[in-house]
Amino acid sequence: MSTNLETARHPETLKRVCIEPLTRVEGHGKVTLFLDEDNHVKQARLHIVEFRGFEKFIQGRPYWELPVLVQRLCGICPVSHHLAAAKACDRLVGVDRLTPTAEKVRRLMHLGQVLQSHALHFFHLSSPDLLFGIDDAVAHRNIVGVIRDHPEIAMQGVLLRKFGQEVIRVTSGKRVHGTGALPGGVNKNVSLEERDLLLAEIDRVVDWAEKGVQLIKRIILTRPDFHYRFANVDANTLSLVAPDGGFELYDGGLRARDPQGETIFDHADDQGYAELLHEEIKPWSYMKFPFIVALGPEKGWYRVGPLARVNNCERFHTPLAEQERQDFAAAGEGRPLQAALTTHWARMIELLHCAEAIRELLADPDLQGTDLRREGAMQTTGIGVLEAPRGTLFHHYEIDSDGLVTRANLIVSTTNNNQAMNASIRRVAADDLDGHALTEPLLNRIEVAIRAYDPCLSCATHALGKMPLELELLDAEGRRVGRLVRHADGSVAA
Amino acid sequence: MSKTFKLDGREIPFETGQTIMDAALAAGVYIPHLCHNPEFAPHGSCRVCVVDIGGRQVSACTAAASEGLEVDNSSEAIGETRRAILQMLFVEGNHVCPACEKSGACQLQAVAYYTGMLAPHFTHFFPRRSVDASHPDVVIDFNRCILCELCVRASRDHDGKRVFAISGRGLESHLVIDSPSGLLGDSSFAATDKAAHVCPTGAILPKGRGYETPIGERLYDREPISIVGDVRAQEEEVL
Ligand code: SF4
Ligand code: FES
Repeated sequence: MSTNLETARHPETLKRVCIEPLTRVEGHGKVTLFLDEDNHVKQARLHIVEFRGFEKFIQGRPYWELPVLVQRLCGICPVSHHLAAAKACDRLVGVDRLTPTAEKVRRLMHLGQVLQSHALHFFHLSSPDLLFGIDDAVAHRNIVGVIRDHPEIAMQGVLLRKFGQEVIRVTSGKRVHGTGALPGGVNKNVSLEERDLLLAEIDRVVDWAEKGVQLIKRIILTRPDFHYRFANVDANTLSLVAPDGGFELYDGGLRARDPQGETIFDHADDQGYAELLHEEIKPWSYMKFPFIVALGPEKGWYRVGPLARVNNCERFHTPLAEQERQDFAAAGEGRPLQAALTTHWARMIELLHCAEAIRELLADPDLQGTDLRREGAMQTTGIGVLEAPRGTLFHHYEIDSDGLVTRANLIVSTTNNNQAMNASIRRVAADDLDGHALTEPLLNRIEVAIRAYDPCLSCATHALGKMPLELELLDAEGRRVGRLVRHADGSVAA
Repeated sequence: MSKTFKLDGREIPFETGQTIMDAALAAGVYIPHLCHNPEFAPHGSCRVCVVDIGGRQVSACTAAASEGLEVDNSSEAIGETRRAILQMLFVEGNHVCPACEKSGACQLQAVAYYTGMLAPHFTHFFPRRSVDASHPDVVIDFNRCILCELCVRASRDHDGKRVFAISGRGLESHLVIDSPSGLLGDSSFAATDKAAHVCPTGAILPKGRGYETPIGERLYDREPISIVGDVRAQEEEVL
């Protein structure tokens, strides 16, 4: 087993602390902390039970069903799966460049998705922690508390999310689980009527997004020591970038950098991802551990998502986001920011970029074009890569000559972030839990570190309550010596 | 003066030899149906067209119209029976509407909506069935076959080919293809056959069409099947 989290010389003598979410509907996580005799944290593991059946489920299905079929397999970011599968299908039907209308409609849909996902995450899930502080009472530290104390912030979150969903509806036919993207194109353009509907809102949306960035910046800069220290781990970063090195969400080359910001690879063709990244399987987790081949399984783990993307790019092509990126980059003083909570800052800059980019796209007459679909020579392998809200997402399909799927490989964002989340949890535990008895505020810190990655787990996306967690302390012989359970409604039991 | 019978209290004229279904459709009255298609001999297998005549439940597509009949096509009891029949059809196959490309233009789904069937109610059988994509232009997903035999009738009576047949009995019944390998690609089937365009579900589909029609513009997106009519109208346009 290879993980640099496991620094203990004799892991068999360690105590175990388990934090286990109780919800098991869409998949659950479980945190195990290994303590030594002196209560020093030596190991941290986030166990995630994903629904791994989908690669099997897809086998034998016609490829043209994929964009709609796969979005049903994940309830948390269906549009990302829809588009990643569509990009893979483009390759299957031999199309490597869409018509301008198709590409722009898809980009618009994707921007809407990232905008609504980021709004949900920041305003509903994370703003309570950020506004009230991690140690605030659980009964208050939730979205209801935000609505009561900061109604204008809560309202901006709701309206931003609603706008993102409208963008999705206009481009895919439905707010959730639409059908817009087809192999080689899209099934509809954006009518003038639909465009005007969005145009009527867009200036306010950009304005709310800007306020969101100012809010998170204020929060971070009010307690810089804490926010730059909390769950700070040096990680490699992976993301797509535009040909000019600029920020890119829908289509680009792969860029990986080390914790100093030095290039590992750059502008790599996404069709060759399998040569750059390998996946390791570990006996204690259902989730695979991808790593950068050039660095090997020990050192090759990386971070994806907003923090990785904003660190990795040289610029945003939209002016307001670019201005914010410069402040963000300056805060790192020449190095990439690595603290978990700065992810929220990056996320809000991205949200602002989405709002600006949507405004730009809405002015583009190509959205009303009627050339929707291209055809090419059928291929048997199709790979689609894009930046989902939570990070890089890979879809890889192989089909037979009849068009049925013979093999599928999906690497979802949360899998890409697997080891980085472990590293952050261990850092929090090492900083804040060492030598302490199990208390709720200590548990909360681990929760907050996990949440910064916005993992696609039902426990972590529980919008109204808190992440349901079970904390269990086992001694070296496996006997339980302490336990703390927090239910989704916030109630805590020993 | 032509002969009439009563359907939900309304006088329906008919010619000798017409079924209740024929006469009702001719008079613009909808009776839910799946295995019925006026171009082919009535089959009476799906039972969705069940109506009540004096306390007896019969299938409207096979029952002859006769003078003075009083037919109930819309009572709560008839609705119950139809919903139960549909629910059984749904659990017997693998009908995953949310991911099915026929969704929104599927007669099975549209009839289910029309009759107010909200959930499958019964335990799903989850049968293991295959997809036959061996034909260059048409794919058959046996998961969605309801054994209505419309393709069987169309191939035999219209295309003169007998590409399809039903084999097995009871629960074991399944659609088979007349070819050395049992695959559609080895049969005489062609995409221009009538049989390629009569399936009321998503079991027989042109390859690669997928979700081409945007949501909102699909056959049953705006109006119910009682107004829009059967899928064959749309399918046969392509011919
Ligand atoms: S394939 Fe379609 S038309 Fe043929 S029997 Fe099955 S449901 Fe009926
Ligand atoms: S339509 Fe009458 S039995 Fe099927």
